Amino acid sequence: MKTVAYREVEAMTTGWWMLMGVLAAFTSLGLLAAFYMEHNGHWVTGMTNQIVWGLPHVFAVFLIVAASGALNVASISSVFGRTAYKPLAPLSALLAVSLLAGGLTVLLLDLGRPDRLMVAMTKYNFRSIFAWNVILYSGFFGIVVVYMWTMMDRRMKSFSKPAGFAAFAWRLILTTGTGSIFGFLVARTPYDSAVMAPMFIAMSFSFGLAVFILVVFASSEMTNRPLGDALVRRLKNLLGVFIAAVLYFVTVQQLTGLYVAEKRDAVVFLLTNGGVFTILFWLVQIGLGALLPLALLFAPPTAMNRPAIGLAAILVILGGIAQVYVIIIGGQAYPMPLFPGFEATSSFFDGQVNTYVPSGPEAFLGVSGFAVAMLLVAFASTVFRFLPESLADEVVDPHCAAKARK
Amino acid sequence: MSATTSRRAFLAAASAAVATLAPGITLIAAQAKPADQPASSSVRWGMLIDTTRCSQDCSACVGACNVENGLGSHGRPQTDPQWIRKVDLTSKRTGQKLSLPVMCQHCESPPCVDVCPTGASFKRQDGIVLVDRHICIGCRYCMMACPYKARSFVHESLENQRPHQPRGKGCVEGCNLCAHRVDEGKRPACAEACASGAILFGDLNDPKSEIAQKLRTLPTTQIRPELKLNTAVRYGGLSI
Repeated sequence: MKTVAYREVEAMTTGWWMLMGVLAAFTSLGLLAAFYMEHNGHWVTGMTNQIVWGLPHVFAVFLIVAASGALNVASISSVFGRTAYKPLAPLSALLAVSLLAGGLTVLLLDLGRPDRLMVAMTKYNFRSIFAWNVILYSGFFGIVVVYMWTMMDRRMKSFSKPAGFAAFAWRLILTTGTGSIFGFLVARTPYDSAVMAPMFIAMSFSFGLAVFILVVFASSEMTNRPLGDALVRRLKNLLGVFIAAVLYFVTVQQLTGLYVAEKRDAVVFLLTNGGVFTILFWLVQIGLGALLPLALLFAPPTAMNRPAIGLAAILVILGGIAQVYVIIIGGQAYPMPLFPGFEATSSFFDGQVNTYVPSGPEAFLGVSGFAVAMLLVAFASTVFRFLPESLADEVVDPHCAAKARK
Repeated sequence: MSATTSRRAFLAAASAAVATLAPGITLIAAQAKPADQPASSSVRWGMLIDTTRCSQDCSACVGACNVENGLGSHGRPQTDPQWIRKVDLTSKRTGQKLSLPVMCQHCESPPCVDVCPTGASFKRQDGIVLVDRHICIGCRYCMMACPYKARSFVHESLENQRPHQPRGKGCVEGCNLCAHRVDEGKRPACAEACASGAILFGDLNDPKSEIAQKLRTLPTTQIRPELKLNTAVRYGGLSI
């Protein structure tokens, strides 16, 4: 394999200003939305005392899960020794920390008291999975930044493999922590399941790679850098495997739920009569978010068609957001079983399916997480050499490229 | 002589009065906690709610809680805080109707305390579970974890707060068993307001207390007993 040359994104061009402008605008809208929510109190959002986590949490969890998955390309290169992915390893690490920063920004700005960030950073209850996550997130930033340094500084190259190992192990633990935020909640029937942690890891592989593919496509297109079919084929095949892995875990999750009498009603609610949650599950999460992308990625007419692969990645992201929505909001909408065997009514909505109507500010705040992440990627790629000059077949996989020429 | 006699008579009468009142005074004095001392693990405060005495059309406990703790309504039931609520139940099998108050159950192993990242949710030595509003960051993880929907998030600005119960927008709150009253040797507002005597408050650790004696003799249950949280609030007349 040839030495890969990296080059910064050219700054101050019209396209660069437009991209930065759009991302900054979305970021600003999110900040304004957060200020509006904090100033008035959360009653201006769709969140209530029944649905206590809403759209900001859906976006935040999606971004945090995708962040660890975005590191996969670097891990495959450093840990599993697949050299074809090596040119993209620095971008993979950059995208990982950027998505995490975006997700944490949303999570922080949705707090009832975001001004107390210092309290969250200095007072730890070590029985809390949230507190573990604060440490896991901080550690992820630290480890991945060191990993990037080992990849981008020639003097540090020899440390790249151990740093890659550390980052890979850390990201698995991190996603286990994110899944366990829900998996350990015994109070709510739809959560309380050990499968949450491995399912979140599979979700992170899929969501993170989908975002990564789009970033690679967009950056190659916008900066006029070649992108060969060899890499695209590998990435899209890998995405297909990850989509299938998520489908497997979702099937296991629902089947085990159906088998356990205690959980059956909650699963039947989601799968058959859960209103918007049932529609989101079957239509968006499974249909548009998994089956259609699989068809686009592997059916001969579209299998190597770039727009189709890009569309598949977008659909995986939409399906992923729907999946997180169904998990987080659907899990709270289902009535908490305080008095099994009784019909319950109260002024606090006991025994009822809770309703949730997301508000504009929540949506702006959530979407701004993506904008923050992309702004960081764009800015860092402008300042540092994260993007390879070329991802043509002869750079990525000279052996295959040579064979193809014969 | 008459003066001496009267003085003796007065002293005798006073002694008798002290002897009569002393147990009561001693009892209250033992239960009231000096402000500069921490709660003691020798007591565990709890409640026994006799659902057979709780009427569906009575919500005196809820009203008393709202007044005691300054919980106003903004006319938005989805976001207005509720520390105690009346739940009406109808058995799906027998049609039996029940009504009962539900509030923080003051678990021995509270999930809200486990999940709180900063330790704002905590349990006092005497078993009362409450929120330290100085370090609550408003993440609402405790609300996600509470198996009794016992907590509320303060969704908007507050006015006319009670001096003994400072609250804050952006923090989570819930029943604290009227800790300020309990520390003064009084019963929680809901228990005091319950005219039918359906809410019995007392020390679960004291075998001589009325609540401990009743728990020994009456069949009672806790809500969601399968979670094994060992709640301090128990219900009589309810079979789950």
